[in-house]
Amino acid sequence: MRPSYFLTIVTLTVLALVSVLIGAAPFDLRDIASDPEALRLLLVSRLPRTFAALLTGAAMAVAGVIMQLLVRNRFVEPGTTGTTEAAMLGLLLVTLAAPAMPIVGKMLVAALTALLGMGGFLVLIKRLPPEQPLLVPLVGLIYSGIIGAGTTFVAYQADLMQYLGVWMSGEFSGILAGRYELLWLAGAMAVVAYVAADQFTIVGLGRSTSVGLGLNYGQVMALGLVTVSMVTALVVVTVGMVPFVGLVVPNIVARIMGDNLRASLPVVAGMGAGMVLASDILGRVVRYPYEIPAGTIFGAVGAAIFLWLLLGKPANGARNA
Amino acid sequence: MIEIRNVSHRINGTPILHDVTCDIPRSGITALIGPNGAGKSTLLNLVARLLPLEQGAIVVDGEDVSRTPSRDLALRLAIVAQQVGIASRLRVQDLVGFGRWPHHRGRPGPQDAAAVAEAISDFGLEDLRHRFLDELSGGQQQRAFVAMGFAQGTDWLLLDEPLNNLDMFHARALMARVHAQTRPSLDRPRSVVMVVHEINYAAGWADHIVALKDGQVSASGSPKDILTPATLSALFGMEIRVEQVEGRPLIMHHL
Ligand SMILES: Nc1ncnc2c1ncn2[C@@H]1O[C@H](COP(=O)(O)OP(=O)(O)OP(=O)(O)O)[C@@H](O)[C@H]1O
Ligand SMILES: [Mg+2]
Repeated sequence: MRPSYFLTIVTLTVLALVSVLIGAAPFDLRDIASDPEALRLLLVSRLPRTFAALLTGAAMAVAGVIMQLLVRNRFVEPGTTGTTEAAMLGLLLVTLAAPAMPIVGKMLVAALTALLGMGGFLVLIKRLPPEQPLLVPLVGLIYSGIIGAGTTFVAYQADLMQYLGVWMSGEFSGILAGRYELLWLAGAMAVVAYVAADQFTIVGLGRSTSVGLGLNYGQVMALGLVTVSMVTALVVVTVGMVPFVGLVVPNIVARIMGDNLRASLPVVAGMGAGMVLASDILGRVVRYPYEIPAGTIFGAVGAAIFLWLLLGKPANGARNA
Repeated sequence: MIEIRNVSHRINGTPILHDVTCDIPRSGITALIGPNGAGKSTLLNLVARLLPLEQGAIVVDGEDVSRTPSRDLALRLAIVAQQVGIASRLRVQDLVGFGRWPHHRGRPGPQDAAAVAEAISDFGLEDLRHRFLDELSGGQQQRAFVAMGFAQGTDWLLLDEPLNNLDMFHARALMARVHAQTRPSLDRPRSVVMVVHEINYAAGWADHIVALKDGQVSASGSPKDILTPATLSALFGMEIRVEQVEGRPLIMHHL
């Protein structure tokens, strides 16, 4: 096994164990055989919360790396391209129009608007000069800001601001069995993405190379866009957005391993899962027994890493990982 | 043979190619020459279905390009387009490996590994094989993309300005490589169509020349017939002297 895979698995196992053991209620793994209360706590709260954080992180990181290959720009992710905001807008509108609709239906509406939002972004950046890659995230941020402002306006008018707050800050404290299972679907989408890893890598080489190799460029593009919008909608609906995961994680992995997804996607998913779970654990212990949302923790750390990525000079020369 | 028949093409309403008709012979090197903006890349991209054909017909070895499935065409024809802004961070070996994608679609076998190894050694990329593309010089990147095109192992190889950024050593090595693989005496000779601006490479190595100007074929034929002072002067709009050295035309365009 590659050392990077081994390291990923060990880290995730340790983090998952820590996550299961830490919480407001006292809990000891040795009790689960004798104490039905302890077992119930594990199955209803601790495990679901741990899985939710892992799945969210993995799926968001995978969505980020796919988006970066499709757009051929390192500085995009659902949160900087209007995708997340469009998902929230869709969710808000469907909550207003059909409050009784089951959560899966709402999620699908959000995925559809996320797709539209991303489509609008792609149309917008077509006109940008390719030699200025930083314009893409800048335009994306402005575009996201506009959709976000519209969403806030609607939410304010409809007196639904508290919903928006929940969707915008990824938080795992409310996760219980029965309230997070949709996230497994996001995990499944990440697995599908791995099956198409080569296709995404080739699309990252540009349209000419893709068509020249006989790839159905439009089809791979569509698969990628649907994956990203579904993952975004699923995460927004269940736990709320964790900003920067899709940006920071793929960039760190690409620096070390490059863009060949067949090799790097498992590490991208693993690192995303690990970093989000670590943020959640940190949020639980920093002000124990109070909690800080994982999204807030990751937002702060992620912003710092993002700046470092933007400003730090890429190392030159041969690097082996 | 590639048969190009009455091909016209517009980009955003501007006519780029006007009723282009020509044949590109099987086996050997065909050089596509002409001034900037003549439509050379456009024509090459139409042949390789990178642009949709609007008018006319293009037939590669009897198969109509606009009707052949893209997957199948990728097994007969490879193109190395003009590279603009490489964003990918792939190792050279992985990039060349993707040239085999049309053959294995994700499950490379021993023949694929052999073809990749051969292309890597043909283009002197052994020392660079584990390096990332975005950390290479322009010429090194160019060689990696050409190696990828070769690894695709197709009968037809279209190269758009493959000599871009190459030093004289690597430029000559590339031409020699292409020349060796296109000899009609081989079991399976390749056919290469390349856009070249450095006209003496065409004079030295090409078997056939097609000259484009203002979106039209202005001349086509053997190097001897095309590389004359009269034809070249008209094509590029400047006085051009042509000497004969070792039985080949030497174009004195730089003085
Ligand atoms: N995307 C585009 N939009 C508008 N015009 C274009 C586009 N691509 C090419 N053209 C125009 O089409 C004409 C032919 O372009 P093409 O790239 O085929 O020329 P070329 O012969 O390959 O030139 P060069 O030697 O500079 O590579 C040029 O006048 C160019 O300005
Ligand atoms: Mg050109």
